[in-house]
Amino acid sequence: MSAGAASAERLSEARALGLTDSEYELIVDKMGREPNGVELAVFSLMWSEHCAYKHSKKLLGRLPTEGPHLLMGPGENAGAVTVGNGLAIAFKVESHNHPSAVEPFQGAATGVGGILRDVFAVGARPIAILDSLRFGELSSGRSRYLLDGAVSGIGHYGNSIGVPTVGGEVYFEGPYEQNCLVNAMCLGIAREDRLIRSAAAGVGNLLVLMGARTGRDGIGGASVLASAELDSEDASKRPTVQIGDPFEEKRVMECCLELLDRGTLRSLQDLGAAGLSSSASEMASKGEVGLDIDVSRVPLREDDMEPFEIMVSESQERMLCVIEPEKLAELEEICERWEVRATAIGEVTESRRLRVLDGDEVVGDMPVDALVDDCPLYDLEPAAPSEQIYPAPPQVLDPSADAHETLLALLSSHNLASRRPLFEQYDSIVQSRTVRRPEDADAAVLQLAPDGGKGAIAVSIDGNGRRVACDPYTGTVEAVLECAANLACVGAEPLGLTNCLNFGNPEKPHVAWQLERSVAGMADVLRELGVPVVGGNVSLYNESGDGPIYPTPVVGMVGALPDAAVAPRSGFAREGDVVALVSSGVKLSLPGSELAKLRGDELPLGLPEVDVAAVRATLDAVRAAARGGGLNAVHDVSEGGVAVALAESCLAGGLGASVSLPDTGSESLFGEGVGRFLIAGESAAVAALGDRAAVIGMVGGGSLEIEGAGSWGLPELREKSGAFAQAFL
Amino acid sequence: MRFGVVRFPGSCDETDAVLACERFGEAELLWHGDCDLRGVDVVVIPGGFSYGDYLRVGAIARFSPVMEAVAEHARAGGIVFGICNGFQVLCEAGLLPGALLPNAGLRFVCRQVEVEVANADTPFTRACERGDVLSIPVKHFTGRYYAPEEELRGLDAHGQIILRYREGHNPNRSMGDIAGVSNREHNVMGLMPHPEHAVDPLTGSADGGRLFESMAMALAPA
Repeated sequence: MSAGAASAERLSEARALGLTDSEYELIVDKMGREPNGVELAVFSLMWSEHCAYKHSKKLLGRLPTEGPHLLMGPGENAGAVTVGNGLAIAFKVESHNHPSAVEPFQGAATGVGGILRDVFAVGARPIAILDSLRFGELSSGRSRYLLDGAVSGIGHYGNSIGVPTVGGEVYFEGPYEQNCLVNAMCLGIAREDRLIRSAAAGVGNLLVLMGARTGRDGIGGASVLASAELDSEDASKRPTVQIGDPFEEKRVMECCLELLDRGTLRSLQDLGAAGLSSSASEMASKGEVGLDIDVSRVPLREDDMEPFEIMVSESQERMLCVIEPEKLAELEEICERWEVRATAIGEVTESRRLRVLDGDEVVGDMPVDALVDDCPLYDLEPAAPSEQIYPAPPQVLDPSADAHETLLALLSSHNLASRRPLFEQYDSIVQSRTVRRPEDADAAVLQLAPDGGKGAIAVSIDGNGRRVACDPYTGTVEAVLECAANLACVGAEPLGLTNCLNFGNPEKPHVAWQLERSVAGMADVLRELGVPVVGGNVSLYNESGDGPIYPTPVVGMVGALPDAAVAPRSGFAREGDVVALVSSGVKLSLPGSELAKLRGDELPLGLPEVDVAAVRATLDAVRAAARGGGLNAVHDVSEGGVAVALAESCLAGGLGASVSLPDTGSESLFGEGVGRFLIAGESAAVAALGDRAAVIGMVGGGSLEIEGAGSWGLPELREKSGAFAQAFL
Repeated sequence: MRFGVVRFPGSCDETDAVLACERFGEAELLWHGDCDLRGVDVVVIPGGFSYGDYLRVGAIARFSPVMEAVAEHARAGGIVFGICNGFQVLCEAGLLPGALLPNAGLRFVCRQVEVEVANADTPFTRACERGDVLSIPVKHFTGRYYAPEEELRGLDAHGQIILRYREGHNPNRSMGDIAGVSNREHNVMGLMPHPEHAVDPLTGSADGGRLFESMAMALAPA
């Protein structure tokens, strides 16, 4: 220690705010003195796991972040890729897990609000939302409460603000019982030359706070809530959850987009975790400038807020921008038109310091570099567990059940049943871009211009925690390939990926091992696919007294396709179409599968290796075939295997099929493995796939017939697949 | 022939409505704070969540300056077309009979539904035949049409029920399967389904376009 001993009082305050003793000492060192209360509050948030990524930053450096389509990579509010014709798609996924576990409706709603702000902060109009959710088994009342609240919250925010929710996924597994996951992804569209960065620039320029008043909500959310394990006292953390107001955000969004359109702003940044502290520090750091903020000018909800509270409040629907002083009148006029509050609260300085003023009094003065760059980064200490750390799921299906009963059990299981009762609660069509709605196809398809014209994108979000729990490396490879496969089904080529790494406490060796292996898998498979990471989010400490969640890397990919009109659907569309299976040669197996879960089997430690190059070649072939227009149905074979994929395609199209498989054992019918597709179309279109495609039968009739395995009438399949409706009664 | 689409704070489907109108005529946005309809022939009150649905759906928007001009336009026989939130606003403003209540399921529902044209002799449906079935999406939380029994009989008697959900397609348990109604004079109509989201087969259906086509026909010089 170089600068004076830490006082015992401040040290215990620092500990209560989540800092370690050595971190506190480093702060004293960087400051050259002990921080005061305001400074300590700001540091504790900036140096929290949530803001500083101190346990994951070193690992994340392994991920590829360069690619031919990349416009903006990690570090900005959202990443962006070019989709041609001078148009960019900005996108990002973010977690709001702990707030949602404490208060699901507001937690999920503000998760959506936050990711929307990230996207319009880079100058892109939000055009789509997707979400990835995990809860405990629905037999638990708590899980039903969390599901219902989170779904209502997502719908409330997305529907009210006029951005369609076009896709997503939800799974139910025991290890998420106490610690649910709510990850929200948003895509926005902008002209490439209109993308804006957050770096503050121009000494003497004004810092303007726009949007909602600042209140006491969400104080300490990033540190107390997001960077610690959940415990039994969580109800007491409810006040740290923010309250969302989509109507405010709608006006702020329209206002910001108009300001950007007119070129009024120099830079723009949203206020998220750690509020003003984080936004101002980031803007100053990127611009290599300083900022003075006068907290007495910040419009408040309550009069008697302390300066530190104003600096760390996570009140929603606020944006921070830098403008030239002569543009203030123009900004105020546009804000008034949109009924958006706008207040100049500070200015850009040369000092490279974040100074907090309360009127004339300086109440905080911190070096920007120390806040943003000097938080210590920790090496993980990974250790592979010698045996599986997760208990076997409870048995709900007798392993001796025949194929008929097994398929029905899988279709009605909460992980595989139709998501219609859920996604009907979301507006999936506003903005007139949605060409393939949820359950129409394996990926959502959006046309770039809402009035037709060529050019479209597809998007999917995927993750399978149980598979990653079995094998963090291979499970993550599978998740990325699954996402790429969903894009291939509609003929889209991936341009970029965003990820949200949801893991337990990284200070525990087995969780560190999961994280390390998962990132290694993601890095390897993305290099093979040639797809860069454009940005994302890490959510650690997802555990409770019952242990960590399944390690859950969630990936969202955006791809481009030339013609949305021919994007194949997942359902059988025409009687007489030839049905074929396309394979990459990856063996189907039961350990770690949905069927194994229903049977109550132990999770294996290790999954069969995946030949990524072979899968990639298959994806390329399927994508080309999907673009050709001759295929009427393309569906990825995933959870529940070939039999479930067949049933889903029958249900989606309202047509039966008769097929004959080389083998009707459980592995062949229900086994899982990436790189397999079910396709249907004219025989010439199927034949174009060559040896990869094995014809197995024909579309037609009112039932699914699998020779030697069974026959299922469509009404029976439909009834079972509708089981999820009970979750929302 | 010009359509004007009103934009309130919180409107969501106004640009979709403009795009739909532009397929059949000229279209422009009107601002909620202006009292001037800028000479448009048809006023469209779009979907969305005007004023965040606060207080009660449509309750605040009706007091917007532009609504006085809309009421005047309607009194003078001009065509007014309210979609979803627009329907709610027109009911609140007293320009249409009845009220919209939360869906029976107490959940937001977004779904493609089929509606049947119950009266084709209106400016909104003259491109259709009575009994025509249109595939149009709904997306709302507060769409259950309600009116007292006596008023319902009156609506029926005067041909004010313009669209009804087909059997099995009523998404909210609206009384009488009512999806869209007009005033007695048939120049103001509100409906819960979103025809502006059904103008192109690529995005699901083109059936909703026939309502816009009807309005354009109604005003075309003979």
